Amino acid sequence: METVVDLKHVSKTYKVGEVDVPALKDITVDIKKGTFVSFIGPSGSGKTTLLNLIGALDTPSGGFLTITGSDPAKLKNKERAKFRGENIGFIFQDFNLISVLTVYENIEYPLLMVKETPSNKRKEIVESLLKKVDMFDHKDKYPSQLSGGQKQRIAVARALTTSPRIVLADEPTANLDHDTAYMVIDLMKKMRDESGVTFIFSTHDTKIVGEVDVIHTLEDGAIQKSEEVTHG
Amino acid sequence: MGNLIKIAFRNLSRQRRRTLLTVAIICVGVVAVLLFSAFSGAFKNMMIGQITDSMLGHLQIHKNGYVSSLDNLPLNKVISTKQMVKIGKILKDIPQVEAYSKRILMGGMLSNYMETTNIKVAGINPDDEAVVTPLLTSRIKNGKMLEKGTILLPELVTKGMGLKTGQDIVLVVNNADGSVNGQNLKISGIIESVVGPTGKYGYIHIDDAKTILRMTEPQYSEIAVRLKSIGSLEKVFVTISNKISDLKNKENKPVFEAHTWEKLSPFYNIAQMIDLMALFINVLLIAIVLISILNVMIMAVYERVKEIGTLAAIGTLPGKIRTMFLLEGLFLGFFGSLVGSIIGVIVIIAVKFGHFTIAFGRNENILLDPSIPFKQMLFITAIATFAAVIASLQPAIKASRMDPIESLRH
Repeated sequence: METVVDLKHVSKTYKVGEVDVPALKDITVDIKKGTFVSFIGPSGSGKTTLLNLIGALDTPSGGFLTITGSDPAKLKNKERAKFRGENIGFIFQDFNLISVLTVYENIEYPLLMVKETPSNKRKEIVESLLKKVDMFDHKDKYPSQLSGGQKQRIAVARALTTSPRIVLADEPTANLDHDTAYMVIDLMKKMRDESGVTFIFSTHDTKIVGEVDVIHTLEDGAIQKSEEVTHG
Repeated sequence: MGNLIKIAFRNLSRQRRRTLLTVAIICVGVVAVLLFSAFSGAFKNMMIGQITDSMLGHLQIHKNGYVSSLDNLPLNKVISTKQMVKIGKILKDIPQVEAYSKRILMGGMLSNYMETTNIKVAGINPDDEAVVTPLLTSRIKNGKMLEKGTILLPELVTKGMGLKTGQDIVLVVNNADGSVNGQNLKISGIIESVVGPTGKYGYIHIDDAKTILRMTEPQYSEIAVRLKSIGSLEKVFVTISNKISDLKNKENKPVFEAHTWEKLSPFYNIAQMIDLMALFINVLLIAIVLISILNVMIMAVYERVKEIGTLAAIGTLPGKIRTMFLLEGLFLGFFGSLVGSIIGVIVIIAVKFGHFTIAFGRNENILLDPSIPFKQMLFITAIATFAAVIASLQPAIKASRMDPIESLRH
């Protein structure tokens, strides 16, 4: 299976005053295309830092990281932003929808501002995604008019708008109730099955952990355990 | 760009009250500047009109060095008949010149047979002067315009000596050769004094001036010129200066000099002060726009840190984030100045059509006629809008340079 994310002896150190604080130590992981991968671990274990590296929001202090064959560390800030827009989708714990845009416009935004897709193509993609996440009837509503679960479905749709290779989801179900959380997980699985996109989670949520293909457990910035899960 | 505009518009609508308040502040500033410019401009033009039309004319021609020794009224620096013919030809050939008036200025003694005082007198042709300084007659408080054998006396002299219209006086002056000559004259009227050269002069008929100065042929101290439009002053001044500089003496030096009213009247400094105040008010407007927009945009960036992080994370280029904030500042400035311009113009038109009058100088009912050139209005709008963009620059750059990780953590 094709590798989409390849980390080899990756480390990340932050400087706090005069002191170097290691956040990640010697991480070696490869993530295959179309898989559901979860990084779990206690707060401060380095999950978010790792997701920031994989999301090309940050660069490693040591080791090698390639995402879909490219090394984001070699890119300038502007090029990294473009790289993110083309290859990576983000789902946030707080949804992070743009409050002044409607549901339709929130999903359309990456196509407009990042990929500059022609309007007819844009319409086709956005309407298709709205139908897939079952939010077509709410397309003219603003985020403030939606429930948490609806917001997260829109966030999932927005993450998939540009057909990224990878979707990073940081605690995507943390603010959702039990049923809604399962609905969102099912939605992401459906999307994975349809588009072959790789979902990488940082989570504590056992509902997600129970659905992923691979679980990497982090502790003190290092991977303690990696296990493949076989679903009956 | 269309989408950035749409988003910028919607962002402004997030805090409607704040946006309206900022637009209102800019609007009030623009209205203030427009009204000040319109009223001060009207007042300045009115005062310039009073000075040029009641005394100076738009520009004057003298023998070289005459103006610098104006206090002495030298009779040896006068324009001869032959020279006047040449100057007259030059002036007639300039289409912007409406008319000119020849004057003889002199200093002398005035006596009512009991008291004597110093006086400066201008010998004028009343018909020419009526065209060149049409408000001269309005300065006559008591009596009528000059005829031969009469004198218009300044108010201060008549008050000091208790003189009245119709009384006889004797005017004694020094002639160019040093001799003294006198003439009996009847007071035809009392003339109000104004600020500036010749503002406190008496007036006699130019033929009487020639007689009293025992001139064998006419000679003139100055030529006052009126233009068809004061707007062409600079152009005509350059033309006249160039043409009269061709008239040279035996030492190959120019014989004549020309001066605009600006160089002759102390009011020009006041006019410059009015312009300076207008500039100062413009600077104040820019400061108002800069501070209010900067304040609003800093708040906008601070409030939307997490959203900026989200936009950056999903791949929005820093330039687009920067443009979005710049557009917000641009719209605030543009709409503030647009609404301000509309309100300002409405007030100016209302005052214009309301026919409001004010008292100034000799005139009790001067019509208040404020106006603002369209170009100036555009300039003020553009300045306010530009200032708004400049004020948005720092917050916009800050937003575009935010670290997405830090911003998302906010």
